[in-house]
Amino acid sequence: MPVDKSYIGKTGAPVTMHVERGKIREFAAAIKDDDPLYFDEDYAGREAGGIMPPITFLQTVQHWDQVGSSRPRLPFDLKRVLHGEQEYEFLKPIRVGDVLTAVSRIADVYEKPGKRGGSMNFAVTETEYTNQRGEVVARARAVTIETGQVVKD
Amino acid sequence: MPGTKRYWEDVKEGQALDEVRVDKLTRTDFVKYAGASGDFNPIHHDQLFAEASGNPTVFAMGMLNASILSRVVTRFAGRPAVRKYRVRFATRAWPGDDVICRGTVTRKFEQGGEKLVEGDLVAVNQKGETLISGNFVAALPTRS
Repeated sequence: MPVDKSYIGKTGAPVTMHVERGKIREFAAAIKDDDPLYFDEDYAGREAGGIMPPITFLQTVQHWDQVGSSRPRLPFDLKRVLHGEQEYEFLKPIRVGDVLTAVSRIADVYEKPGKRGGSMNFAVTETEYTNQRGEVVARARAVTIETGQVVKD
Repeated sequence: MPGTKRYWEDVKEGQALDEVRVDKLTRTDFVKYAGASGDFNPIHHDQLFAEASGNPTVFAMGMLNASILSRVVTRFAGRPAVRKYRVRFATRAWPGDDVICRGTVTRKFEQGGEKLVEGDLVAVNQKGETLISGNFVAALPTRS
C-alpha cells in the first residue's frame, strides 16, 4: 500500500505516567541490570539524588496508555512491522516520584524500495516528555518500518 | 562499577568499554520484558501469531536487546551522565541466542559547559552477526 503523507504532523493524546519504584525495579530486572541505582534508595540518593529509571524505561510510558490514543499510528500491518531505529535525548534528570507527560507526533512518513521487491514504508515518530514542573526532560525519536512482505532475515 | 567515579580527564579516545553480555535468551526473558515495558505485540510471545507471521518462532523485542546494550553506557559513565543514546536495529535475536555488547570511545569534546564523551556501540549474537549498532553521548565530571 502506498504511504499516506497526510499522517505527517498527526499528534497523539498526551499520556501521563508516574515514575514508580516498583516499575523501575521490574524493568531493571527484565533487562538483567543489577545496578543499585535502580532499587537502593540510600545509594541512589547519594549518587544521583534519588532512584532513576534505566535509559530505555521511557518506552514504558509509550505503552502505558492501554487505549492507544497517545500513539498516532499509521495503518501498518503488525505482522510486517519492524522497529528500525530508536533515539533518546536526556535534557534533565528523571527520578522516582516524577510525573511524566508524553506527547507523540508523526514527524515524517516515506517510502523506499525493498531489497526483495515491493516497497517499504517508514514512519518517524517524535515524543517529548515533560515533568510535573513543566520542564522538558527528554525527547525520543523512533523509526518504524512496514516491510513489503513478511519479514525474513 | 557502581560507585566508581569516572573522570573526563582519564578517558581516552579509542578506549574500549567493558563488555556486557546475556547468554542464551529465553522466551521467559521476552515475557518479562513484555510485562515490564508493556510491549505486548504478540509476535514476541505468541508462538501461533509468530508462525502466522511467517516466523519459525517468537523473537526478542528490539528494545530488549537495546536495553541490554545500554548497560555498556551506564556501566561506563553512570545513568545520570547519559545525554544521548541512539540505536539502529540490524537483525533479530531468537530464543537461545547470546547478546554480546561492546563499546568504544570515539570523541571527547566540550559543549554547553559540559565535558562530553561520545562513543560507538554494537551488540552481536554468538555468530558475530550485528543485532544493533548505536552510539551515545555522556557528560563526565572533571578532577578540577
